[in-house]
Amino acid sequence: MSATRSRETTLLRFLFTLALGLFIAASGSHAQQSAPETAAGGEVNIYSYRQPFLIAPLLEAFEKKTGVKANVIFAKKGLIERIAAEGLNSPADLLLTTGVGELTAAARKGVTQAVVSETISQNIPARYRDPEGHWFALTRRGRVVYASKARVAQDAITYEELADPKWRGKICIRSGHHVYNVALIAAMTSHLGEAQTEQWLQGLKNNLARKPGGNDRAQIKGVYSGECDLAVGNTYYMAQMMLNEKNPEQKEWAASVKMLFPNTGGRGTHVNISGMSLAKNAPHKAAALALMEYLSSDEAQRIYAETNHEYPVKDGVPWSAMVTSWGSFKADEIALQDVAAKRKGASDLVDKVAFDDGPSS
Amino acid sequence: MTSTPHDLTNSSGIRPVAWRSAVNRVLGAGNLGWSIGALLISALLSAPLVAIAILALDSSGDTWPHLIETVLPSAVARTLLLMTGVGAITLVIGAGTAWLVTMYRFPLSGWLEWMLLLPLAVPTYIIAFCYLELFDYAGTIQTSLRALFGWRDASQYWFPDIRSLWGAILVMSFVLYPYVYLTARASFLQQSVCVLEVSRTLGRSAWGCLWEVALPLARPALVAGISLALMECLNDIGAVEFLGVNTLTVSVYTTWLDRGSLAGAAQIACVMLLFVIFLLWAERTARARQRFHHTTGKYRHLPEERLTGWSGIAALIACIAPVAIGFALPISVLVGSALENYRSALEGAFWRDAGHSLMLAAAAACLAVTLAILLAYARRATRSKLVHGATGVAAAGYAVPGTVLAIGILVPLAAFDNAVDAFMRSSLGISTGLLLSGSVFALILAYTARFMAVSLGPIDASFKKTSRNLDAASRTLGVGLGGTLFRVHLPILAPAIGAAALLVFVDSMKELPASLLLRPFNFDTLATHVYTLASLDQFEEAALAALTIVAIGLAPIILMHRAIALARPGMRSPSS
Repeated sequence: MSATRSRETTLLRFLFTLALGLFIAASGSHAQQSAPETAAGGEVNIYSYRQPFLIAPLLEAFEKKTGVKANVIFAKKGLIERIAAEGLNSPADLLLTTGVGELTAAARKGVTQAVVSETISQNIPARYRDPEGHWFALTRRGRVVYASKARVAQDAITYEELADPKWRGKICIRSGHHVYNVALIAAMTSHLGEAQTEQWLQGLKNNLARKPGGNDRAQIKGVYSGECDLAVGNTYYMAQMMLNEKNPEQKEWAASVKMLFPNTGGRGTHVNISGMSLAKNAPHKAAALALMEYLSSDEAQRIYAETNHEYPVKDGVPWSAMVTSWGSFKADEIALQDVAAKRKGASDLVDKVAFDDGPSS
Repeated sequence: MTSTPHDLTNSSGIRPVAWRSAVNRVLGAGNLGWSIGALLISALLSAPLVAIAILALDSSGDTWPHLIETVLPSAVARTLLLMTGVGAITLVIGAGTAWLVTMYRFPLSGWLEWMLLLPLAVPTYIIAFCYLELFDYAGTIQTSLRALFGWRDASQYWFPDIRSLWGAILVMSFVLYPYVYLTARASFLQQSVCVLEVSRTLGRSAWGCLWEVALPLARPALVAGISLALMECLNDIGAVEFLGVNTLTVSVYTTWLDRGSLAGAAQIACVMLLFVIFLLWAERTARARQRFHHTTGKYRHLPEERLTGWSGIAALIACIAPVAIGFALPISVLVGSALENYRSALEGAFWRDAGHSLMLAAAAACLAVTLAILLAYARRATRSKLVHGATGVAAAGYAVPGTVLAIGILVPLAAFDNAVDAFMRSSLGISTGLLLSGSVFALILAYTARFMAVSLGPIDASFKKTSRNLDAASRTLGVGLGGTLFRVHLPILAPAIGAAALLVFVDSMKELPASLLLRPFNFDTLATHVYTLASLDQFEEAALAALTIVAIGLAPIILMHRAIALARPGMRSPSS
């Protein structure tokens, strides 16, 4: 018995010691993580809602140019709340987002600061930035319809038409609550009014082939596999699939669809943005400003165009060859502020018609 | 008496007896130190919940009327159905297989003892993804069926939709049943043969023993296991999102992120907490004053009945099916992808991320188990309702969606950091910045707070099965409370401690939402690594990291299995 006891006691002591040791190790690695403040301008901290691989080429180019190293935290959720909670001592310098909604939300929460920069103002047209300088768009993407080459004859379409009963059981789309769809529905509200948009959304829901889910690429795969004839998605997904050397089967998905720019003959195709904001208590403000100016520059805008196949916001920066091959289109010129202001109403509509419960509900 | 206890301590000498008896009434007599310690730990662990409650006090504007009119009723109904389904299936599978492998010998039963634990290592978000790959419209099975019968589209045939409530119930049950299996088996192994023999003598069949003796005796353990499974099910975001089942957790996320109302989200989270508290309360009330002690120390190895012929094969199938569905099938999907992509997957940050995951999970397991022992023992040592209530709240973090809990941790930690910083600046003129938030410490604390229920469950259940006579004897012999814990309880608790540490370790390895939000700069764990790749649709590359999470989870499972098997007093030595 005493042997057992001493063994158990030893086990417990071991556990305590291990816990203690790991704590010390943890705080040690923390010391490494919170990089030296003394090297002012030597680094810049980014809280990013955008995928790291999309921004990595830009940050590498920036570091090569200026010697400033970028640290990144990527999350799809909660970064604005993290900055707010960290308050005065927040290490965040720059916030990168995938939509205008996050930008205006950050500004409303008071975690951003106004930026006045001649360079940025020259690079980014006024309609793609906040008049007060709290946020700036960096790239644009069209929200288009991908139609099956084999099963869909028509070469033009409108968003309104997606609610036409002739498409019953033929359409794939991701969750109505995703920022891309909320922005689209917000723009529709702005154009059609709330009552008509609700009708439209109900009609679209009735036409769905399946419950909304997955990302835009999964919808295009749905067209390829025959589950649906139309899919709604952002433009750059097409490029990501066509150029996918790691998963060559995605090239077949891309080859099975044609890209239709809705309403290009009328008010224009809905366009959403990615963007940036300077954090309110940015500890490396100078470096962050330099990075913001860089991201709006010709060089960075060209990288966005060439590697991500998005549409640059800066005038005169050429589209990539792939993007050019999709042809030109008329973009809906609705103000970003309008879209942001209508987001809540749009999100409420998604709930009201129970969009995410799918066609059978 | 109008003066408060605080006054009395200040004016020492005045009625110290009254002060002490007042304290004793609240905290329980004699064990003041333990009670206060337990209250402090509980306060630390429930700080995130308190933070959420405070966030919930904020006005959420017109969010509530809107939610009640639209999504909430169906979300509540769906959540309840999901929990009912998962609870029932995990109970049947978990307790049934545990009974079979403990009491009977049949082909492969020795192997199945530990194989039944394997699904525990598969995160819900990974199994859901694998099942979509198999059963979805574009999945392997439907594609082959279409090719075989020449169907062109979905209108020409019927196939059950995996992206449905039923799909979610089945998929989640088959990875969550090991929680019940683990606790049920530990309980069956610790049961006294005498009880079973008496039951047989009184004319009960082997199954009669299960229904009328073993299951009722195992009830605290079964309840602990099922409530873990249900809470996991309640806070899951990965699987329900993949499978398109809009539960309350999904409502929390959409309310926060899409409706832009953190207060509204915190309010729904509070409603979910009420669910959990109601569940715990209902179980306690149902158990009322029953106690589950062993009255005898006589243990022999359990009589194992040999099942041959058809009954043996039936038992084999009953035990192998859950392993196949919850483990073998999804893993075969992963292995296929991993083999094709292992070279590119091994490049880069893979090893570093694996190291991070191991370190964090080990630290969280040690901390959670240590705190759970202290809490459960303090609970045992006092009748104070305050202590019992507080320790109960400490475990409720498990039911909160990870991202919400992460916010709940971030807010008090950052507030603490900023307060220290402000104090140091004003008094010493130095800025300490953020000491804890954004550090590895915040992650370990998050895992510990989130998985406290996982470690408290088995340890508390094991304490409950230990007769109080042992405490009394130890105390009579002049050993203090602390000494009794070390010299009497810890040796008895060893299997439960092992089980608790294992569960926290594996859960921390799998943890995703809080890791994403709280991690330091340029820091990844295996789970965030998988998530990042999977959200890029490079799931093939994520397969290896996903398999690694599963594999790392397997090692302690196998160790654990040995510990449980050897833990039974009077067990044959493994060599025999």
